[in-house]
Amino acid sequence: MLRSIRATFIMIGDCVRMSLANILGNRVRSFLTVLGILIGVAAVIALITTVNGFSGSLSSSFSAMGAGTLTVTVTGSDLKSGLTTQDLSELTELEAVRGVTPSVALSARISRGGSYKTNISVSGKNAFYFQENQDVVTRGRALNFTDEDNTTFVCIISPDMVEEFFYGVNPIGESLYVGGIPFTVVGLMDEDSDTSIAGLMSGSPDLLIPYTTAMKLNNANVVTSFTVYLAEGWDSDSATEALEAALDAMFSYEEDCYEIMSMSSIEDTMQSMLNMVSALLAGIASIALVVGGIGIMNMMLTTVTERTTEIGLKKALGAIPWQIQMQFLIESFLLSIIGGALGIALGLMLSLILSRVMGTGFVISTFAIALGAGFSAAVGIIFGWAPARKASRLNPIDALRSA
Amino acid sequence: MSIGAFNRVDTAPGSAFFKMDKINKYYQMGEEQAHILKDIDLSLDEGEFLSVLGPSGSGKSTLMNIIGCLDVANSGRYTLRGQEIEDLTEAELARIRSREIGFIFQNSQLLPRLTAQKNVELPLIYAGVTPSERKRRAREMLERVGLSDRMGHTPNQLSGGQQQRVAIARALVGNPTLLLADEPTGALDQKTGRQVMALFKELNDEGRTIIMITHDMNIAKNARRVVHIIDGELTEGGNVNDA
Repeated sequence: MLRSIRATFIMIGDCVRMSLANILGNRVRSFLTVLGILIGVAAVIALITTVNGFSGSLSSSFSAMGAGTLTVTVTGSDLKSGLTTQDLSELTELEAVRGVTPSVALSARISRGGSYKTNISVSGKNAFYFQENQDVVTRGRALNFTDEDNTTFVCIISPDMVEEFFYGVNPIGESLYVGGIPFTVVGLMDEDSDTSIAGLMSGSPDLLIPYTTAMKLNNANVVTSFTVYLAEGWDSDSATEALEAALDAMFSYEEDCYEIMSMSSIEDTMQSMLNMVSALLAGIASIALVVGGIGIMNMMLTTVTERTTEIGLKKALGAIPWQIQMQFLIESFLLSIIGGALGIALGLMLSLILSRVMGTGFVISTFAIALGAGFSAAVGIIFGWAPARKASRLNPIDALRSA
Repeated sequence: MSIGAFNRVDTAPGSAFFKMDKINKYYQMGEEQAHILKDIDLSLDEGEFLSVLGPSGSGKSTLMNIIGCLDVANSGRYTLRGQEIEDLTEAELARIRSREIGFIFQNSQLLPRLTAQKNVELPLIYAGVTPSERKRRAREMLERVGLSDRMGHTPNQLSGGQQQRVAIARALVGNPTLLLADEPTGALDQKTGRQVMALFKELNDEGRTIIMITHDMNIAKNARRVVHIIDGELTEGGNVNDA
């Protein structure tokens, strides 16, 4: 028994050696044969790794963008089209809420001296926004409660605006006309400073002004979009419930007056969409694996036909059918494993390049590698089975006579 | 192990070393049944050198296949070193081929990608011999057939006679009961053929049992004993040396 196990191992070692010699002895053909597997595995690996890297950077940017905040968009009812300043301060009083920053957007014609620009995006913010986002203002001062309460005509401008209207001039303390009304520049903002969802959707504003002033310019007395900062210890689900209770009361329990979006819900949606897309793409890529497997099967069938004499000879020399089958199975297994290994290498290289180009993270996914290796091994065995069986069933006399 | 001193026969007393008893073989060819071998009786003692002489189509290849356990008869009894070769599975037949028979084919049938030494090692792979032992025995056999300086050559780097000698070394390496040669000189020129025959005689002098199948009378008479096969019937041709 022990001896036969040992003999089996010796035999398998010899099969591997002979198969490698056959594969390497016919390099071009072997390469063309494994090309299908190579491309299939490379595609699967590149897809999975790239999507992983992409979703990794997506979720990290999402959490940078607003962990612990909820964004509320108000569509309003017939009786009440938005929230008043009074409503906002009521919301601020809620236990779940640390603060609220309204976002009042408008676009205006900006001018100074002889030059002007139209359709400039202006955003009204409150003092709490600047407390929460300390790095928005790089020079000068932020907007404060006095500005908010007195609807002052002050603004914070973007680097683009500085370049446009204050080339070579210190803008702080200078004035700028917003829709014909003179505003005093009190601060400069950082590029890409607006990291709220609203900012993400509408693009960064070039001018920040007190939200009360913005409401005045809009001839509006209500706010329709605001971000809620959650108090310590509240997660978005429980905070959403608390907020809904308060908002429902404000809108007299009418339905569909507002929508609350949390970062995590958006991220979940995005993530599941990404997963679906990547599963779909991987499914398509795995068709290449099947095609590659058929290629290997074809090559193995050809090989069996070509090596009929060899098979007959080996049988005459005492090889049992099982040993012949083993040899051809090992050969197709090795072929597709080699293809798989090359495919993994190529796939990782591709996804590394893709991640550099797209600026996403590059994480080597062991799952993807295991999948690629497992898939190609399975393809080798499944598609090598029939040719190997055919070889093992050849009649040695016929096989030898065909020479 | 020296070939001259070999003696592996451990046949049970009373049982034959090689005995064929009323062997029949038919092939179904469409509607008709071709009767290839007809009541073949043949027995052989250890150390004999037998030629089976017959024209093509006489059934000699079929006989060789049955002797070599590549095929089985439809009826009759075939005993090789005490073992009945009947109703055996393919794997069991393979085991007997591996242990008892050393094949030599017309076109040496070497694997083109392997060196002479690796070709000779081939039967030992299926006998489950370790690589180091295989190497040792293959080199020994190649030395025996006078190819000690050609071990690393591939078949296409060898002459026809050298190739056939590699094939003989391969047939001998498993220390078989029986050397079974099918037209061993068929692909060789006369001079090389004579050298191969000289080697056969040497091996026989050392005690090897040899069965050689051929259509060539000149080759056949190298054996000590010749049988004729014509239309599937075997007739004793007598002892060549006596004739």
